[in-house]
Parts: sequence; structure tokens; C-alpha cells
Amino acid sequence: MQVPAPFEYERATSVDHAIGLLGRLGGSARLVAGGHSLLPMMKLRLTDLEYLIDINDLHADLGHVRVERDEVRIGAMVRHRELLESAELARALPVFAEAERVIADPVVRNRGTIGGSLCQADPSEDLSAVCGALDAVCVIRGADGERLVPMDGFHRGPYETAVGPDEMLTEVRIPLHPGGSSAFEKVERRAGDWAVASVAAAVQVEDGLITGARVGMAAVGPDTVTVPGLSEALRGQRPSEELYTHAAEIAARACDPATDTRGSADYKRHLAGELTRRTLRRAVAGTEGKA
Amino acid sequence: MRLTTTVNGEEVTREVEGRLLLVHFLRDHLGLTGTHWGCDTSNCGTCVVWMDGEPVKSCTVLAAMAGGREVRTVEDLADGDRLDPVQQGFMECHGLQCGFCTPGMMMTARALLDRNPDPSEGEVREAISGQICRCTGYSTIVRSVRWAAEHECAEREEASS
Repeated sequence: MQVPAPFEYERATSVDHAIGLLGRLGGSARLVAGGHSLLPMMKLRLTDLEYLIDINDLHADLGHVRVERDEVRIGAMVRHRELLESAELARALPVFAEAERVIADPVVRNRGTIGGSLCQADPSEDLSAVCGALDAVCVIRGADGERLVPMDGFHRGPYETAVGPDEMLTEVRIPLHPGGSSAFEKVERRAGDWAVASVAAAVQVEDGLITGARVGMAAVGPDTVTVPGLSEALRGQRPSEELYTHAAEIAARACDPATDTRGSADYKRHLAGELTRRTLRRAVAGTEGKA
Repeated sequence: MRLTTTVNGEEVTREVEGRLLLVHFLRDHLGLTGTHWGCDTSNCGTCVVWMDGEPVKSCTVLAAMAGGREVRTVEDLADGDRLDPVQQGFMECHGLQCGFCTPGMMMTARALLDRNPDPSEGEVREAISGQICRCTGYSTIVRSVRWAAEHECAEREEASS
């Protein structure tokens, strides 16, 4: 039987209350949202916490998906199922529904949240790659107010983020570009599994030329939320199969996968390249007739 | 800690440890052993119950998290002696062999039919994709859920005509 070590349970009734509790309890406290990453780690005694602060009551404050003219704002407590089922979000950023369809399974998606997924900072977690490709900005709130941290600097390594011990992630903001589109591809061994490799791509095309492109990857290295050098290589170029091949090579070079039961490092590297090629191709196709 | 929650329509209060999982609260503290306890890792789905109307894997939810919320377990599916159409479907179509995955499968199926009264075979398979039947009797489970859907559709038509 797997049971977490003893801890004190607290329930936050507001964002300020949660931050106040974190401030008072310090580094021995952790927030829990859906709990589908944290509870398994607690059962395996991989965490060291004395207080668990349940923030599920904050869904009313942090459960929003707002598609505005030039930005999408997603509250940290938005659950995977809500991301999957938001038609408005799917129109603005198709990459979310494509990813959510293959994240865990429908019952787990009823609990897991975008905030929990990003803060868990699991290198195999798909939404981090999505948010990296979309150049998302994380809103982190503490006792002294809010600060904004781009996805590029949000993960500090596996299971580590820019969120301080007395702070919490409250919102994810994603810029919208005219002529922009996005796509997601994942290879998994069976339904609901973690990725062998997954890739998200976002592009902007104007007058037949790529004006912006980003790729995020999951499960192919400790920090692959964005692929460095790829944006520079694609900007100003005309989309073509040769260009996608070039991007695939950059992505394959940027990853650092480990051989495990899901596949060999070579196979995962191959997938990182191939999925980069496919997502870029589909993202560019998605921009046609848009700008 | 003191936990008050509503289980199958009845409010219950118990003294529990913060680390107690919902599945063990239901089984060991309330004696509701219809909910099964399987993999402990949110993979197998035999522990699925509803929390505030949505299926959740109760091995990965703390009992404390259910405080002030409404939990529904497989024991609440039947209305007295009258089986829920999902339960009837499992009986008619041989939807269970060893029966271990059955409570979770049925709770997920009931939630699916409440949202989507006429799901395709693919939609049923997607809905139960986070649940494992160790007898691998998926075809009959899907058939059972479809039986319930057809039965309920026919009942509704009859009622409206």
C-alpha cells in the first residue's frame, strides 16, 4: 500500500490566503491542485513537506480561459478537461486541444491543472512544451505583488521552477499573432502514457515569409521547453520541406534524451527531429488564409 | 483532522489523518467496499468515483480534498432493487468477468452517458481509456455501455411519445 508520509492539511480560500499560508509555513509547505503528479511523488516519499495547501477552492478565481484580441489568459486552476473542451481556445491556439487529447486519460484530465503541470516541471510533461512554443508568460504572485516570468526562464531544471517558496503561479498569458498557428505531435507507447517524445510548434507567417517560429519538446532531455537557435534559423525564410529538415536537425541536436524503457536515446532523438518537421509543416499549413 | 463530506447523498463526519486517500476512506472508514483499490498510481481506474459530479481516481485524491464536496460511489448507482441501465448493460452483455475493474468502469460509463447519451463505440473507448480490465474484456464492456445507451434512448422515446 502506498501512503504519503504524515503532513498537515490546509485549505486555501483565496489566492491571498494561499500566499499568506506559504509565507507563514515557509519551505515546508507545498500547494496541491489536481494532485496527480504531487500525490504519487508523496506516496513514493520523493517529497519532503510538512504542510499541504489545497488550492482546489480557488478554481472560481483562477479557472478562467479568456481569449482577448492579442492575448490568451489562462488561470492556473484551469483543468486539462477544460483546456480540451474550450472551443474558443481551440480556435485561437489549436495546439492546446491537440496536446490535451493525449495528456493522461479523461479521468485524470478531470483533476490535473495547467498550473500544476507547469509547476511540476517534469521534463516529460507536454503542456510545458506547448507553453514554451507559444512563448507564454507565467504570472507569479507573492506577498509583494506579481511578477512576470517568460516560459524560457520558468523551468530551472527538472522539478524546479522560478516560483519561490512563498509564491504561486496564478496565470499563464500567451501572445496571439495575426497569421499565427500551432501544432502538437506526440508518440506514446499506449493511450494515456507519458511521451516517448512530443513536440509543439508555433509559427507566424506574413506575406509568405516566416516572421516567428518556436518549438518546444518534452521527454527528450532535462530542459527542452524551447529549442535554442531555431527561431533565428527560420525567421525571414520561406516555408519549405528543406527548411523543415533544417529545423528538424536543429531540434535533434538540441535534445539530450536518455535511453529507458520507452526507447533508446537514438530513437528519441530521431523522433524529436521528425516531430519537429511534422508540427512545423502543420502549423504553417494552419496559417494559410489567416493573415 | 475532522472531515465532513457527503457520500451517496448522506453527510458523514469522521476523524481522519490528512494523508488518508479517498479510496481508503470509502472502503475502510465507511465500509463502502464497492469501490475497488487497485494500482495505487492512477493508472488502472478501478477506484473511480464521482466528486462533485465528475469521475476521479480516488487513489490519487485525499479524503480531505472531498471535504464539503459530494462523492458518489458505485453503491449509489442502483435505485433500490432497480439497477442502473449501465449495470443492467454489464449483466446483459457480459461486461464483467472477474469483476475487479467493474465499479470504476461503471462510474465512468454513467458519467459519459449523462454528458453524451448516444456515444459512438470510439467515444466509449476513449472515455474508459484510463482504465484497465485485467481480463482484457474491453469489447464486452464497450458493448455493455452501448446497450445502456440504446436502452436509455429507447426509454426516452417511449416516454416522449
